[in-house]
Amino acid sequence: MSMRETKHPESGQGTLIPAAIESWKHKHVLDLDDFRREEIDLVFEIADGMAEILARDVKKVPTLRGKTIAIMFFEPSTRTRASFDLAAKYLGADTVSLDAARSSVAKGESLIDSLRTLQALEVDTIIIRHPCSGAPYLAARHLETNIINAGDGCHAHPSQGLLDIYTMRKHFGDLTGRKLVIVGDILHSRVAHSNIWGTRNFGMNVVLCAPPSLLPHGMKQWIENCGLHHISLEGNLDTALEGADAVMPLRLQKERQQSGLVSSIREYIRLYQVNNERLSRAKPGAIIMHPGPMNEGVEINHETAYGNKSLIERQVTNGVAIRMALLYLISGGKTR
Amino acid sequence: MKRNALLINNARIIDPAGNVDEIGSILIKDGVIQQTGNNITESAPQVIDATGLVACPGFIDLHCHLREPGFEEKETVASGAAAASRSGFTTICCMPNTNPPLDNAAIIDYVNIIAARHSSRITILPVGCITKNREGKEITDMTELAGAGCAAFSDDGNPVSSSRIMALAMEKAAVIGLPVIDHCEDLELSRGGQMHDGWVAARLGLKGIPATAEESITARDIALAEMTGARLHITHVSTRGAVELIRIAKSKGLPVTADVTPHHLTLTDERVAGNPLSPGEALAYDTLAKVNPPLRTAADIAALVLGINDGTIDAIATDHAPHTLEDKLCEFEMAAFGISGFETAFGVLMTLVREGKISLNTLIARMTMGPSKILINKFGRTGSLKAASIADIALLDLNREWIVDKSNFLSKGKNTPFNGYRLKGMVVATIHRGEIAYRHS
Amino acid sequence: MPEKILLNSSDIERVLVRIAHEIVEHNKGARNIAFVGIKTRGVPLAQRLAKIIQGMEQVEIPVGSLDITLYRDDVGSLSFKHVVQQTYVPFDITNKQVILVDDVFYTGRSIRAALDALIDLGRPETIQLAVLIDRGHRELPIRADFVGKNIPTARNEEIKVYVSEVDAVDKVVVMKQEGGKHEHA
Repeated sequence: MSMRETKHPESGQGTLIPAAIESWKHKHVLDLDDFRREEIDLVFEIADGMAEILARDVKKVPTLRGKTIAIMFFEPSTRTRASFDLAAKYLGADTVSLDAARSSVAKGESLIDSLRTLQALEVDTIIIRHPCSGAPYLAARHLETNIINAGDGCHAHPSQGLLDIYTMRKHFGDLTGRKLVIVGDILHSRVAHSNIWGTRNFGMNVVLCAPPSLLPHGMKQWIENCGLHHISLEGNLDTALEGADAVMPLRLQKERQQSGLVSSIREYIRLYQVNNERLSRAKPGAIIMHPGPMNEGVEINHETAYGNKSLIERQVTNGVAIRMALLYLISGGKTR
Repeated sequence: MKRNALLINNARIIDPAGNVDEIGSILIKDGVIQQTGNNITESAPQVIDATGLVACPGFIDLHCHLREPGFEEKETVASGAAAASRSGFTTICCMPNTNPPLDNAAIIDYVNIIAARHSSRITILPVGCITKNREGKEITDMTELAGAGCAAFSDDGNPVSSSRIMALAMEKAAVIGLPVIDHCEDLELSRGGQMHDGWVAARLGLKGIPATAEESITARDIALAEMTGARLHITHVSTRGAVELIRIAKSKGLPVTADVTPHHLTLTDERVAGNPLSPGEALAYDTLAKVNPPLRTAADIAALVLGINDGTIDAIATDHAPHTLEDKLCEFEMAAFGISGFETAFGVLMTLVREGKISLNTLIARMTMGPSKILINKFGRTGSLKAASIADIALLDLNREWIVDKSNFLSKGKNTPFNGYRLKGMVVATIHRGEIAYRHS
Repeated sequence: MPEKILLNSSDIERVLVRIAHEIVEHNKGARNIAFVGIKTRGVPLAQRLAKIIQGMEQVEIPVGSLDITLYRDDVGSLSFKHVVQQTYVPFDITNKQVILVDDVFYTGRSIRAALDALIDLGRPETIQLAVLIDRGHRELPIRADFVGKNIPTARNEEIKVYVSEVDAVDKVVVMKQEGGKHEHA
């Protein structure tokens, strides 16, 4: 539990009071690039409170009773969708879950029209996952409803970024100086992108380790232009893992080999797989995270995924608490 | 006093072809310029007092899309002609990516007939396809297309991917004597790309189109031009590498020409991420800035400006590409490529003049004399105001301030990234063959 | 903002002792009671009551803390969103006499929220309410079983309780409210 320090007007001593949330300015949660440190800390604090609810037998509070949360996924997903659905239900909201065909345009209805229907149904918040980068931004520009981005193309996955940092925070405490290594398909990973933004406020040192074909060509310039000095690039996994506190391998999708970005899975495994042998270079207390779903045997091997360094299951639990916190902050108020 | 006579008085006459920049008058009769200068004694029934205005040759656009036949919801020849005319254009070349495409004489005749309806206010020259259906496999009957009146050959917005086909096409065109306009894009390198392959694409999570996609085909085309002797025209150059290749080609005396668009001279890839009119807002993913070739970097713009100034780039062409609202009001990946460019062209280009990057004289040259040379003056357009030239004239108010309002566009295409921008410099009248085609009220 | 002190440190102590006696009397002893303080200041008050009763009856009484943020009925108003804190009730409340403790009893809405929160944690035999200050203006049909002090107030006044565990000083003050925020207590 964190403390909000304010000075008593008379005694000048510190006080501990639950403050009204003035620091929260977001109508939408689109990416972590515009989250200040105080806002992330706030989400974590509320997630702590939510974690207590998750520890109960009856995981239900009436906070969002009467609110309807629409979950609109244009891309398949099990864990993120279930995580958001449960988060909403535990907070007492009603949910409506919609699977849309990948191209709503092909269906004859534009994305905006599909979402406007939900707005007309007076849904409070739309959680959207879409294969096109920028789709939630389009939604946020054209709708009054609050939007939470559950993953857009290769661009962002803010709730995942938050839960990853939260998981590390809970494990390590202060993250200043800690080294996080993200390994794999950075080019296509919205999880990596959101972690890049989210970690900049925590004094962490983040290394991106990938073969050149899996890094965006504009990566170096992006880092420079946006002042992301905590990020560095390293092509060699052994070098990258030296002294790492946390390692996050990313899923390597089959399509990457099919499209020629990766010449062979065998070679990828040899050069980039995170396994116990390689982890000997990391710090002894290093932890493993993975956004899931895992391609066991490819980017991570079975022993590492289920070994005692792995916090992957904890990420899932934390994910519900973080999503409950976001829903509380977003849905628990209307900016009409 | 003769009938059909028009006198323009007191204009600042800028005619780069004639090396003229002086205050004077222009006398027009029977659609032809009789005389320009300070000592015109004849009068005319129609007089335009052009005090404070610039008079220059009417603009010539080598590259635009009128969408008819087949895509009339985006634009028709009528709406495109109206938009071009009010923007100072007196000759425009329309690209053949219509439906059906302009790959045979019958369809070129069709376009000519429609164009003829507007012939009083603007001259529309069709560009014929290089290959049938623009598929890049079989060359069209280029002689027949030329006979039907096409001004050049192009498969725009496709490149001709097969070097063998391109070489054969260039050989044919060389014999016919018309230029081949190529949209230089290596489809293998650009596949799936949405915007320039730089830091903005990385930040936005969008697949990029690398500069090399343009440069590799530019280099190939130049080599083929050298081999075949064809007049090669590289359209919508966007990268500094391509400018350099063209510069070297010209230094070798090759018949290579090039044009650049107003948007490539003034906007970078950052425009996709945000609109300078609303700073501090969330990422824009602005489909109005989605165009092919994509908006690139400040370094590319600097090279393009240098190319304009040293003559490496001969012309400015709008690549006017109108689209419907639905074509652009969707996810960035799904949106059509293209900017509706006629009605912002001059105003946007004037910002470069005001910033001292190019001179007014050079700007006008690239919009008049430059393009007319590429059309080999075969269509009677010299892009100049010399006596005996066809009286195509634009009157410009360099000081007129205005705000771009797409709802006022005459084009059906309201897809402009410049909406809301404050510009200074506007076309106030357009004269085509001696008739007033457009007059600002 | 000029504030008027209604109770000072020793006043508060005396009031708590009296309430403690009333609780023991009403419940015929201290067996089977548990305190649940409503965050924030209800918690130290509950702890003090438990300590006083422990001194009297030599019985250790469990004290829990209840965060009612998620049960509030004004979650929808943007002007006032609260940080969610953790509820910590590390004992079973089922079949116990649970005494809710709060600092200021006003509209009754906080207590309504606390009742909902409590019932999600178990099934007490009885739920009783002890408040330090009752300032009137009930909006719901809820009453307190044990009241430290009744202080009638106008709606535009605010009663603030300071407890040394949180605020470094013990006092109860009344002051005129500035326009705007209207916290339902």
